[in-house]
Amino acid sequence: MTETMLPNLAPAYGEILMAIGAMALLMLGVFRGNKSTGFVSLMAAALMIVTLFITVTWGETAVYTFGDMFVVDRFTSFMKILVLIASAFAVLMSVQYFRDEQEERFEYPILILLATLGMMVMVSANDLMSLYMGLELQSLSLYVLASIRRDSELATEAGLKYFVLGALSSGMLLFGSSLIYGFVGSTNFTVIGANLAHASAHGPDIGVIVGMVLVLAGLAFKISAVPFHMWTPDVYQGAPTPVTAFFAVAPKVAALALLVRVLYVPFGELSESWSQVIVFMSLASMVLGSVAAVVQTNIKRLMAYSSIGHIGFALVGLAAGSQEGIRGLVIYMTIYLVMNVGAFACILSMRRKNGMVEDISDLSGLAQTRPGMAAALAIFMLSLAGIPPLAGFWGKWYVFKAVIATAVADPMATNYGLIALAVIGVIASVVGAYYYLNVVKVMYFNEPEGEFVPQKSFNMTAIMGVGAALLILFLLPQINAPVLEYARMAAAALIS
Amino acid sequence: MEHFPILSIITFLPLLGVVFVLLTKGENADRNARNAALWVTVFTFFASLILWFSFDKTTADFQFVEKTSWLGDNINYHMGIDGISILFVMLTTFIMPIVILTGWDVIKDRVKEYLIAFLILETLMIGVFCSLDIVLFYLFFEGGLIPMFLIIGVWGGARRVYASYKLFLYTLLGSVLMLLAMLYMYFQAGTTDIPTLMQYGFDTNAQVWLFLAFFASFAVKMPMWPVHTWLPDAHVQAPTAGSVILAGILLKMGGYGFLRFSLPMFPVASVELAWLIYTLSVIAIIYTSLVALMQQDMKKLIAYSSVAHMGFVTLGIFTFNSQGIEGAIMVMLAHGLVASALFLCVGVIYDRLHTRDIERYGGLVNIMPKYALTFMFFVMASVGLPGTGNFVGEILVLIGLFKVSIWATFFAATGLILGAAYMLWLYRKVVFGELVKQDLKNMLDMSKREILIFAPLVFFTIWMGIYPSTFMDFMHVSVENLITNHQAALIAAAETAVH
Repeated sequence: MTETMLPNLAPAYGEILMAIGAMALLMLGVFRGNKSTGFVSLMAAALMIVTLFITVTWGETAVYTFGDMFVVDRFTSFMKILVLIASAFAVLMSVQYFRDEQEERFEYPILILLATLGMMVMVSANDLMSLYMGLELQSLSLYVLASIRRDSELATEAGLKYFVLGALSSGMLLFGSSLIYGFVGSTNFTVIGANLAHASAHGPDIGVIVGMVLVLAGLAFKISAVPFHMWTPDVYQGAPTPVTAFFAVAPKVAALALLVRVLYVPFGELSESWSQVIVFMSLASMVLGSVAAVVQTNIKRLMAYSSIGHIGFALVGLAAGSQEGIRGLVIYMTIYLVMNVGAFACILSMRRKNGMVEDISDLSGLAQTRPGMAAALAIFMLSLAGIPPLAGFWGKWYVFKAVIATAVADPMATNYGLIALAVIGVIASVVGAYYYLNVVKVMYFNEPEGEFVPQKSFNMTAIMGVGAALLILFLLPQINAPVLEYARMAAAALIS
Repeated sequence: MEHFPILSIITFLPLLGVVFVLLTKGENADRNARNAALWVTVFTFFASLILWFSFDKTTADFQFVEKTSWLGDNINYHMGIDGISILFVMLTTFIMPIVILTGWDVIKDRVKEYLIAFLILETLMIGVFCSLDIVLFYLFFEGGLIPMFLIIGVWGGARRVYASYKLFLYTLLGSVLMLLAMLYMYFQAGTTDIPTLMQYGFDTNAQVWLFLAFFASFAVKMPMWPVHTWLPDAHVQAPTAGSVILAGILLKMGGYGFLRFSLPMFPVASVELAWLIYTLSVIAIIYTSLVALMQQDMKKLIAYSSVAHMGFVTLGIFTFNSQGIEGAIMVMLAHGLVASALFLCVGVIYDRLHTRDIERYGGLVNIMPKYALTFMFFVMASVGLPGTGNFVGEILVLIGLFKVSIWATFFAATGLILGAAYMLWLYRKVVFGELVKQDLKNMLDMSKREILIFAPLVFFTIWMGIYPSTFMDFMHVSVENLITNHQAALIAAAETAVH
């Protein structure tokens, strides 16, 4: 009897380890105080690496557990790997920063651990309840992280703004979930999918559609897709830079993974309805992300708009509505991770004698004072702009390839919408190239005005160097083949 | 297949130079870096001579082919050259040592970055002409923007930022549309292989759109009126070496693109839209020649003359006959040498007086006889004097064009006269007359380095004019093949339309 009582814990070993590890480190921090921050950070990063190795071993076949609320397959493994890598780097990159600022807090790595745990649950969620659990664990940790510098007015404002808007989006999500439960009679993704497939003869209830759109809106807030992007620039600017670096990648990957699963597993039948929403969000994000960034002077705000634009590009893959498209999205997020981690490593190195600076004009003449860092940041920027042969181009290549494939395969129905999406998307990328080039211009064309303090941390230099090298070398089959292959398998796990 | 990968070696050899340049250290670093770059480019040129001498001129097939799997999904690393592309590869490797020598004494700050930018650019340019896969082609084609952006922006003139942005964004906008067209073709044909796509035969309606998308990219690169406006800005602001690369090689990518993609892949659309090309080219020739007549800035004048010459190239290509196309290729080659040389001529006096204003000069013949002679030679070549390569190319284009459209020939020939007018006007203003301006009196004649730069350019310009067969023998078979396939495709399309 006992065997049937206890669910199969094995697929969730990674999450369980993270939870126990976070608690243990919290204890350690409480007893040893803030001077243990360095150690706790390293342990947190190590914990994520160990979890990563546990995660890698899962996924060959889909395994459901906890009453089908939790799923592990190739897709979840791949997305969790991305989340864990991004979080581990966010922790590593923060150590030197908080030490220099003399703001060391042991809670920081632990909050990141908890947020990451939430993201892993989100990625693996197969039920509206586990979805909400993961999402809230992640969000609550992020709210605190945004305002971890209690004395800073900007950070407090950022945290508050994020919290209020985040709560609103959670509310929408909950309301949507309850509508879905009311109309379909289940919270389980698989069951909802089956029920909707059954009911599709006379079309879905309007309540389900409203519920789905509300859930979609709640998730769009988390990935900061237009029109739910308002919080992004303020939070990016206000939060301490390592927190921004964290915000830029891991939560986006996790929420996007969740969005993909929600759209394909329970609402795969309603693709006609949601694809319009996705096409719109994708278009609006690409255009707004490109146009609004042009006037920014603060590099963190610039990165905020850049991330909005990039989510738009990733959504192009989703709009394609095919396995190929999901593969493109997964590849896009992988490359996005490298570009953003690298770019933030550079931004975190923008330190003058009297503290951090974050204006683009502070980068003036960097090519002469710090040629290595300037070259690395230039590569990150050009890659974000999607200029070949850098990896950012390949990300765009695969999503646009997918969308064109769908448009070509289906010459009748939504053809023109998707082609318009592709055309406007590439034009937006040209507009976007303008502001990325602006950073390169400031570094290379302008004369130096003051120098940065040399980067003390070897980690940061290594992250910049390896990141830039990866972006250049992505075109070698040795580097890109594993990514392409795993992305294919991840996409195949979700839709066949 | 398993032969020596000579094309890849030539393409990526300049990257080895980047490594050498990066390794230079100490007080002689700049000098050593220059030497390293020069030797690597010279060596690349010699390596490309292997292609020149072992090329089989009797076949239109692609030669020295390399093909390995690259990204999966039928996208391969596929390199190879035919009788058309080999000429452009040679042009590139030939111009590069000259380019490195051009900046020898002039560029004094950030020498290493300067050389690295040029070496990377060389790799990308050779790659454009060698790639036989559209993805690979796009990579090289677009990648070249980054070094060019930096070259103009870092070492350029007063309005360099504006010019470099304009170059980058204009070209990028043209190219992204081409990218979408490429993706579409990939899904229609299931491959990105250029030789396969040439045989594919796209649907006639689709061809028009695809043609226009490629046209957006190549017309900007070429550049054709009315999207030529980035060129005068880029030329004027770029350092001399940058102008040489632009005029000598980068502009040829547009013409090469028409020959490699537009004609073979979209034959029906090429014929249907030839009127558009004719109109734009004729306007370009007449209009930019008139604009050139009004210029105060020497580089701007030559930049506008480049646009006019490129008008001849597009006219020649879209005659669809062998005289026109071979003439267009000859114009491109000759213009590659002559326009480069003209920018170098401007560079010589600019380095001494730091102005390109025509009004500031006059009577240079009295103190700079060697310079006056060199400049005159290239002015004459640019005008199309018999005995120079330009003449061969232009006369062939006009002959080919006459068969197709008398009116276009009439306007193009008028353009030649206007061309003579502005070039001679420029030469008279700068070189002839009394030497009255005080600051000119101390100008030195050309140094040994400068003579060394010009000598090969003069030599090959005359060679092209007197014995063009050396170059044309390479392209005959490939051009014939292009035309045969083009006509076959037209007939096939006509038959499908009937059924």
